[in-house]
Amino acid sequence: MRTIEQYLPDHPFFAGLGADAMSLVGGCAANVSFAADEFLFREGEPADRFFVIRRGRVAIEVHAPAAGTVVLDTADAGDIVGWSWLVPPYRWLFDARAVEATGAVTFDGRCLRDKCEEDPRMGYELTRRVIQVMSDRLVASRVRLLDLYGAAGAGHAAPR
Amino acid sequence: MVPRPFRLVGRRQDTTDTFTVLLEPTEGDPLGFVPGQFTMLSAFGVGEVPVSVSGAAHVAGPLQHTVRDVGAVTHALSRASVGDVLGVRGPYGTGWDVAHGHGKDVVFVAGGIGLAPLRPAVLEVLSHRDRYRRVVVLYGTRSPDDLLFADSLADWQGQGVELLVTVDYGPPSWAGRVGLVTTLIPRAGFDPKYTLAFVCGPEVMMRRSAMALVERGVTPDSIRVSLERNMRCGVGLCGHCQFRELFICVDGPVLSYARVAGLLGYREV
Repeated sequence: MRTIEQYLPDHPFFAGLGADAMSLVGGCAANVSFAADEFLFREGEPADRFFVIRRGRVAIEVHAPAAGTVVLDTADAGDIVGWSWLVPPYRWLFDARAVEATGAVTFDGRCLRDKCEEDPRMGYELTRRVIQVMSDRLVASRVRLLDLYGAAGAGHAAPR
Repeated sequence: MVPRPFRLVGRRQDTTDTFTVLLEPTEGDPLGFVPGQFTMLSAFGVGEVPVSVSGAAHVAGPLQHTVRDVGAVTHALSRASVGDVLGVRGPYGTGWDVAHGHGKDVVFVAGGIGLAPLRPAVLEVLSHRDRYRRVVVLYGTRSPDDLLFADSLADWQGQGVELLVTVDYGPPSWAGRVGLVTTLIPRAGFDPKYTLAFVCGPEVMMRRSAMALVERGVTPDSIRVSLERNMRCGVGLCGHCQFRELFICVDGPVLSYARVAGLLGYREV
C-alpha cells in the first residue's frame, strides 16, 4: 500500500493543491482502519475529522425509533466522508459505519481549520473542494427525493 | 394496426409490482424485433400500452415483456393467466444500435425498470462477446427488493460483465451501495474515448446519467437514450408522442443523446 504522501496527490480531491499545501494537509493526516460494523463516528459527537476512504465501504446512517436504522448513502474507495468538521457547531449529524473491513486516511479537522486560518489561500482551495463534495451529495439527495423508481415516478406512457 | 393474438405461455413475478409475460402467437410466425423496440400490448376490453421487449432478439422462443403494474391496463395484464390471449401490435420504433459498439467498450446504464428494455441489448452483446471490449452494466434501483433479473445479473458477471449496482434505499442488512446510479459512472472501468453507452430509465435519471457520461469524457453522439412519451398509435400518425420535430414512436424511442440533449429538460416540448 502506498504511503499517505504518495496516495494523496493522486486523489482527485487534492489534485492541483500544490506541494506546500499538500505538505500542510499531509501533516494532519493518518492511516486508520475499521472492522466491519465499527463506527467511524456517531451522530452528536464532535466532528473533528474527515476521511478519504482507501478500501472497503462506509454507510452513512441515521437511526429513528420507528423506522429503525436507515442507510442514507454509502462511500467507497476514493470517496470523502465528513464535512461537519468545517461547519459550526462541528458535530456529526449522522452515523458512519464500516459495512466491511475499511481502510481510510483520516484528517485532523481542528489541525486543518487552524492551518486554513493561517493560510487563507489554502483554506479557500480546501473549502472549494469540500463544497464540491457537498454539492454532489446535495444534488444526489434531491434527485433521490423524487423517488424516480417508485410508483410516482413510473411513466405510464413509457415503453417499459 | 390490428393486434395479433398471442397466448400467454409463461409468467414470472419479478418483484412485488413487476412481472414478465412470455407470449407465443396463436398462429403465424414469431415476432421479429431488434433490441430496444417496443410493442403495443393489449388486454382485450381494457386497453393497450407500449412495452419494450425484454427477451433476447437472437434466440428463438416466446416473446418476453417485463411490465410494471402501475395502471389499469398493466394491472389487467398482471392478472392474466397462462393460456389467456393478449393482443400484440408491432414491433415499433428504433432499437439499440449495439453493432456500433464493435471494437469499443459498451456501457449500459439502467434505472429501475429501465433494465428491461436494455436486457435484449446486453444479451445481444454477450452473444457476440468477442466483438466488444469491456462490457459494463451500471444499475440503480429503488431497493434491494426491487432488483430485476437477479439470475441474469449473476450470469452476466460470470461472462465478464463489470456489474455495479446501487439502490436508493438500503436496509442496514444491505451490504451493497446506496446512492444514485450516476455515482457509479466515475467508478466503472471503461475508456470514455472508445465507449458506446446505452441509458434507460426515468428521464431525469437519463439526463443526469448522460451528463455524468459526458463529464467522464464520452461524446454525446456515443450515448443513446430511450425516451418515454405518450405512445398511442405506434406508427407516427396520431401525434400523441410528438416531441417537437420528433415522433418518439417512430423516430425513437432510442435516440442519440447528441440529437435530444438540447430538448431534454425543456418544459415546453
